[in-house]
Amino acid sequence: MVRTFTYGALIFLSALFIAPFLWTLLTAVKTEAELVTWPPVFWPEDWRWSNFPESWAKQPFGTYLWNSTTVVVLSTIGQVFSSSLVAFGFARFRFPGRDPIFVLLLATMMIPWDVKMIPLYMEFNLLGWINTLKPLIVPAWFGEAFFIFLLRQYIMTVPMEIDEAARMDGANAWQLYWRIHLPLMVPGLVLVGTFHFMNAWNDYLGPLIYLNDQTKYTLPLGLGLFQGRYDVDNIAIAAITVILCLPPLVLFFFVQRYIMDNALGSSVKG
Amino acid sequence: MTDARRISSRRRPGIAPWLFISPWILGFFLFTLGPMVFSLIMSLHDWPVVGERKFIWFDNYSTMLTQDPRFWESLGITVKFALIFVPLNIALSFLLAVLLNVKVHGTALFRTAFYLPSIISGVALVMIWKWIYSKDYGLLNYGLSLLGVDGPNWLGDPHWSILAIIIASLWGLGGTMLILLAGLQSIPKELYEAARVSGVPAWAQTVYITIPMLSPMLLFTFITSLISAFQQLTIALLLTKGGPLNSTYFFAMYIYDNAFKFHDMGYAAAMSWVMFLIILTLSMLVLKYSAAWVHYEGEAKGGGNG
Repeated sequence: MVRTFTYGALIFLSALFIAPFLWTLLTAVKTEAELVTWPPVFWPEDWRWSNFPESWAKQPFGTYLWNSTTVVVLSTIGQVFSSSLVAFGFARFRFPGRDPIFVLLLATMMIPWDVKMIPLYMEFNLLGWINTLKPLIVPAWFGEAFFIFLLRQYIMTVPMEIDEAARMDGANAWQLYWRIHLPLMVPGLVLVGTFHFMNAWNDYLGPLIYLNDQTKYTLPLGLGLFQGRYDVDNIAIAAITVILCLPPLVLFFFVQRYIMDNALGSSVKG
Repeated sequence: MTDARRISSRRRPGIAPWLFISPWILGFFLFTLGPMVFSLIMSLHDWPVVGERKFIWFDNYSTMLTQDPRFWESLGITVKFALIFVPLNIALSFLLAVLLNVKVHGTALFRTAFYLPSIISGVALVMIWKWIYSKDYGLLNYGLSLLGVDGPNWLGDPHWSILAIIIASLWGLGGTMLILLAGLQSIPKELYEAARVSGVPAWAQTVYITIPMLSPMLLFTFITSLISAFQQLTIALLLTKGGPLNSTYFFAMYIYDNAFKFHDMGYAAAMSWVMFLIILTLSMLVLKYSAAWVHYEGEAKGGGNG
């Protein structure tokens, strides 16, 4: 009884969650005429895959893709590297002020982005970084509280004896980080890289505020631009939306084990 | 071993740990503390983007509290959104987590289905929902018409627009759901077995075991949902642009407009501090009163009979 009900509820609810995706995908391969018929056409008569290249050509999406890729790649490398360094510092050293500083780090997660939005804009303006990709890349090289916290948890699970053995062999702090701990926290690094990749790839407000010139736009900004036009091109919107969703979805399928293990195992690890 | 430990604890760490954490320390001054202090200073100024800036004490704050009806309207809309969104977000996430926690085949697949919307871009989410909400060709109104309901003009009618934003936001509840699911899976099975043996009905198990054991997670998701509700901007900015008739003109959107449309940086900075203080106060209140209903494992509580 419980099982049947659970199955029924799960199937119904997951259909509700997936339907918007399917509807968008189907919209992307329809013809204009099929778009404006009532009742709606679910299956297009023939699937117009050519909608994708045609929509792609409606704006300089090649340029946007290049900008998005630059931001995502450079900032993800920075985020993974800096967050792991800082996490190692907090996890494996005892120094005066460590615990209060770590509490301060956790507290910064509570600060709403809106409070920093305006002064950061002024700061980047002062540095001459407005209308460049730098505001979207450089801050990632200074670590982020949540990722530092996550990686510190990973390092803390490694027994101290490993560090001591390496120290006895004459390893210094850097070698300990680079040769011993970095390889051991690869699952954590994958997780941080994935979460940061998704944040950077999906970000809309950051690029909206820092970029003015269309040649500097990222993909989400380009997609948003379709909105402002007087003739709303629904097929192009759907096609580009599908393209924009693909990288995070594909990435998710590859790393979903890590994400689920981390989330569902976190309470056990403590 | 003992010797090694004594050596390592006696070894002075020196400058090494500071070098390792220096990226965050630097970033904290450059991208968090610096901007926040700067924004506080800006909030005490009449600060146009170009032209003379003037120190005006707390004028920005008193203006918004006493002479700016839009400040109160946008705050009211944000509060209304939070009041509906936060409980729904947690209730729905809880429901999904409970369903996923039943041992049936294919839970991994269902879990993925619920989680997927939370990993896509806010812009993509808006574009997807805009088409679903379409008055004439939308999937939602078609579905309602099958039930014999004449669907409203979701994005064009001020009575429905905020609900439209709430539904679209709820679609991204995957993260909250995952946290609650993790919490459910960490509840010892013995508790339920003991209850079943004693003949405790299922609803009572939920009320007296599941919810108390899950309360720290519920508290955490409550606070994070509250913070994200107050910061709501991307969806409203793209889905309704604050309309119709300013019915979805959120507090964060008013801050954004003040800064980047009306170029009144001082006023915008002051508003952002008001938002920060509201979030901080609410979080503190929730934390303070949570002691009454949040149950921490291993906490010595008198009268607890487990």
